[in-house]
Amino acid sequence: MTLSPADWNALWLTLRLASVSTLVLLVLGTPLAWWLARTRHWLKGPVAALVALPLVLPPSVLGFYLLISLGPNGPIGQLTQGLGIGLLPFTFAGLVVGSVLYSLPFVVQPIQNAFQAVGDRPLDAAATLRAGPWDRFWTVAVPLAKPGFISATVLGFAHTVGEFGVVLMIGGNIPDETRVASVQIYDHVEALAYDQAHALAAVLVVFSFAALATLYTLQRRNTHLNWGRS
Amino acid sequence: MSLYRFIVLLPLLFAQPLWAATVTAAVAANFTRPMQALADRFEAETGHQLRLSFGSSGQLFAQIQNGAPFDVFLSADQAKPEALIDAGDALADSRFTYAVGALALWSATPNRIQDGEALLRRGDFNRLAIANPRLAPYGAAAMDVLGRLGLNEPLADHIVQGQNIAQTHQFVATGNADLGLVALSQIIEAGQIASGSAWIIPSDYYHPIRQDAVLLSRAQDNTAALALLAFLRSDTSQALIETYGYHIEVPQ
Repeated sequence: MTLSPADWNALWLTLRLASVSTLVLLVLGTPLAWWLARTRHWLKGPVAALVALPLVLPPSVLGFYLLISLGPNGPIGQLTQGLGIGLLPFTFAGLVVGSVLYSLPFVVQPIQNAFQAVGDRPLDAAATLRAGPWDRFWTVAVPLAKPGFISATVLGFAHTVGEFGVVLMIGGNIPDETRVASVQIYDHVEALAYDQAHALAAVLVVFSFAALATLYTLQRRNTHLNWGRS
Repeated sequence: MSLYRFIVLLPLLFAQPLWAATVTAAVAANFTRPMQALADRFEAETGHQLRLSFGSSGQLFAQIQNGAPFDVFLSADQAKPEALIDAGDALADSRFTYAVGALALWSATPNRIQDGEALLRRGDFNRLAIANPRLAPYGAAAMDVLGRLGLNEPLADHIVQGQNIAQTHQFVATGNADLGLVALSQIIEAGQIASGSAWIIPSDYYHPIRQDAVLLSRAQDNTAALALLAFLRSDTSQALIETYGYHIEVPQ
């Protein structure tokens, strides 16, 4: 049970994909979570539902619609071609787009819950001390919502590592570009190379367990700290 | 009708003729359409009940090895039925080639393919979709074709792989790949190329894609399973299979 160079490449590609996707998710997800946590706009319900959709939809559905909409006849495909970027399916950038959509609820929801838990009072108090909205957001809301950001980062990253259906649909199985670890495992199983599948699968199981165990240990410590403070 | 009589007659709804039995067949995904047509005829002709499970040959193989309740296995290749026979999960003398797959170069755009070989050599297309050659017999055949044309190296950057022949077809159908080497059975309807344009690859460009059927050991006394295999071998079934874009070999 040893990993081949192709297996290592697939693992490395998976880590790159998960890192880039998590970064993009934090940048896009934070303002979205803030808006969802604070707004009373009638669009809040529909937008929250859209964010949660990937939880419910099978990845094959998401991947199929991505393949069509990112393709040369789809709206996004025509946009990216018009911008001179070319077509996204079968590229690393295409996988990032797919992963961001697929992992969106895992990043937005923990941050949104954390912002809601912060509530109005600390922000009002900061406002009476003449802190501007920007200042209140960065020096009050974000530090108080730190546990939410930790959860969002770990869950977004781990969920992207575990992604399979979407990548399968839009990836095209290109080495070092779209052949991630989960697809490589599927290949091994289909080719009846069960030993190789075991080795790579074991790496993923150990990694996922370690990531989640770290998260829940950190969370427990954080709640203890909060109790200590109050 | 009184309630009493209704209850007495109710079991008749679930009744089967005494001689009828049920057979469950695991069928390679590329054979889905012809199998559905054959299933209707089989049930009408024999009165037996046929249940179909479609999947990739690799998945079905793994399921059979782990005790899946299948009676007959229609693989997309010869290697997996052979491996099941070696493992004692299938009966050697039941194995035969029920269909021989044919390969076509296909584009979803009409008139895109005039001279397929010249088009491949020119290389003026974005992507060429093939099935994963490690997993799918049609993928291995696609590599044979590229090897014969000496295009393995020149086209390496153009190739994208579907995990199976169904996904390969999907890449081309959605326009994400200009061209694809797909199964003829996927693009043919009533003997015609149903949409887009295609070049049917000469069959001496690749190793024959023989698809073998085998009776699984657990079903050796299942009359419906034996009837299904005999039905598949029959001339009328073989003629029907041919209209779906397969070659046939006269079974021994």
